[in-house]
Amino acid sequence: MPFLPHLFLAFLEGTVAAAVLALTALGLSLTFGVMRVVNVAHGEFYMLGAMLAWYLAKLSPGAPLPGFLLALVGAPLAVGALAFLTERLVLRRINYDPEATIVATIGLLFVIQQLALTVFGAEAKPVAAPFTYRIAFPWFGYSGYKLFVVAASAAILLAAWWVMARTRVGLVMRVTQFDREMAQAFGIRVGHVYAAVFAAGAAIAALAAVLLVPIQQAHYLMGLDPLLMSFIVVIIGGLGSIRGSVIAALVIGMADGIVSVFFRPTLASILATLLVAFVLVLRPQGLFGTAPR
Amino acid sequence: MSRALGLHLAVAAALFLAQFAVGDYAQLMLTRIMVLAIYATGYNLLFGYTGLLSLGHAMFFATGLYAAALGTTRLGLSAPAAFLFAIFLGVAVSAAIGAVALRAKGVAFMIVTLMFSQAFFLTVLYFGDYTRGDEGIVIADTIRVFQFLGQTVDLTAPAVRYNLALLLLALAIGASYAAVRSHMGHVLVAIRENEDRTAMLGYDVARYKLLALVLSGTLSALSGATYALMFAYAGSTLASIQYSIHPLLWTLLGGAATTLGPLLGTGLMFTLVDVASGLTNAHLLVVGVALILLVLFFPKGILGTLRQRWLGWLP
Repeated sequence: MPFLPHLFLAFLEGTVAAAVLALTALGLSLTFGVMRVVNVAHGEFYMLGAMLAWYLAKLSPGAPLPGFLLALVGAPLAVGALAFLTERLVLRRINYDPEATIVATIGLLFVIQQLALTVFGAEAKPVAAPFTYRIAFPWFGYSGYKLFVVAASAAILLAAWWVMARTRVGLVMRVTQFDREMAQAFGIRVGHVYAAVFAAGAAIAALAAVLLVPIQQAHYLMGLDPLLMSFIVVIIGGLGSIRGSVIAALVIGMADGIVSVFFRPTLASILATLLVAFVLVLRPQGLFGTAPR
Repeated sequence: MSRALGLHLAVAAALFLAQFAVGDYAQLMLTRIMVLAIYATGYNLLFGYTGLLSLGHAMFFATGLYAAALGTTRLGLSAPAAFLFAIFLGVAVSAAIGAVALRAKGVAFMIVTLMFSQAFFLTVLYFGDYTRGDEGIVIADTIRVFQFLGQTVDLTAPAVRYNLALLLLALAIGASYAAVRSHMGHVLVAIRENEDRTAMLGYDVARYKLLALVLSGTLSALSGATYALMFAYAGSTLASIQYSIHPLLWTLLGGAATTLGPLLGTGLMFTLVDVASGLTNAHLLVVGVALILLVLFFPKGILGTLRQRWLGWLP
């Protein structure tokens, strides 16, 4: 393939990676922004979403579309419910202490991973795409489903922005983020907000996984990469700034997609992780974030 | 002799006598526990006493591990020379990482250490030609038998390994005991309790934090080098995120900021995983559940809770 079409292909792949990454990171950014806790089990919620998508899609044999739609609704709901329980049973009881939360969610990471291995097994699980339309470019054919993923991610990101910026629910979340005690003084049930936000963050991760799983198979160890990448995105974007996270996801996903077409992926990852470490050292609030009050 | 000193000596004596009472398998387990307890003891200096939660200590452990393994197999060093080389690199790497990472605070510090450690891990994989990645480096038995101060030391002999591990552990715990009893130890605890106030009292907080991190990282590297030389293996798994989390878990279980907690936690966790892997192969499940239960019900760990309730004199 000549250079320019090759670059175009890398650009398309980068866009798909960026779209899924932006969704995954949105979940993490939401929990960190509102609750100020780092959820290390975020990647496992993502993995669980992919696994459940495989399981639910299997329930309806025949055409893949009904099964996919079932997964699209069922997996985020189930994962959200699990996250809700976690929040109520664990995080609330340790009073959202940042360090204790990290330790507890590391524990949760191991538990979910091992349960997924025991229940679903170690082999990778394919999920059929709901449709198989191929777009014929002059140089190569490209999966229409991948472009659908990009459109769906964009729609969900817009919806999230609309909820945060324009609705009463978003207002309550932003108030809680801004000043927890003041929110409580104004009669906002901060505990309920936290539970809802934690569940929503996990559900968004699961949603991203359901969208991705027809492209990349479900596997019980698949959670680590999105976790690290989401961390990178959320940090570079600014801890707690959703807009920053989306911008960072676009830049990093795109760069990752393009760089890994031309360079060895391990080297790209090394540079990316070092970059994050140094950004955080020099600008602890991230590129777009504001220092916590 | 104070009660605290007596307790430490009693533990050392019990561990010494244990080798005559247990079988081969238990002896090997105890050796491994003692070597890794050095790692946990180093971790505890930073996490327990100074209050800095690092999620990247595997890079210090692996620095020692690979310095020893590559030093003996590639650079042609003898085992004792490789051991010293590993400790030297441990000091250098932890000082360099500390100088950068300590500029970040709180959650940012955790993530910076996590990222550095991940970059280290990926670098180990990247240079797979030298480190042999996941498969790992195997150190030949001929290297593990060496002359030291006119004596022949045979690291392939279980009894030699056991007593050497015990000696190193005793030195590590002794050093940590002396450190936390010293003036420096009190400043570290003051930093943990209130960093701003400590700085206002005129202490150079940044210097003390760096000192704690270097001590902690060096003990971790020492443990890694011992591990490589005693068990003849250095693989990338030992540099992965999991090995950053293990010492945290062990320290939390035994009791953060207690001198014997890391040893107790390491021993208990190994026993727990050993028993659990007889019942199920999902031993990580046990680790995960243990972490959650600990945070919920015993945030101070076993010795920490004992100290709070009954034994106020426990160091």
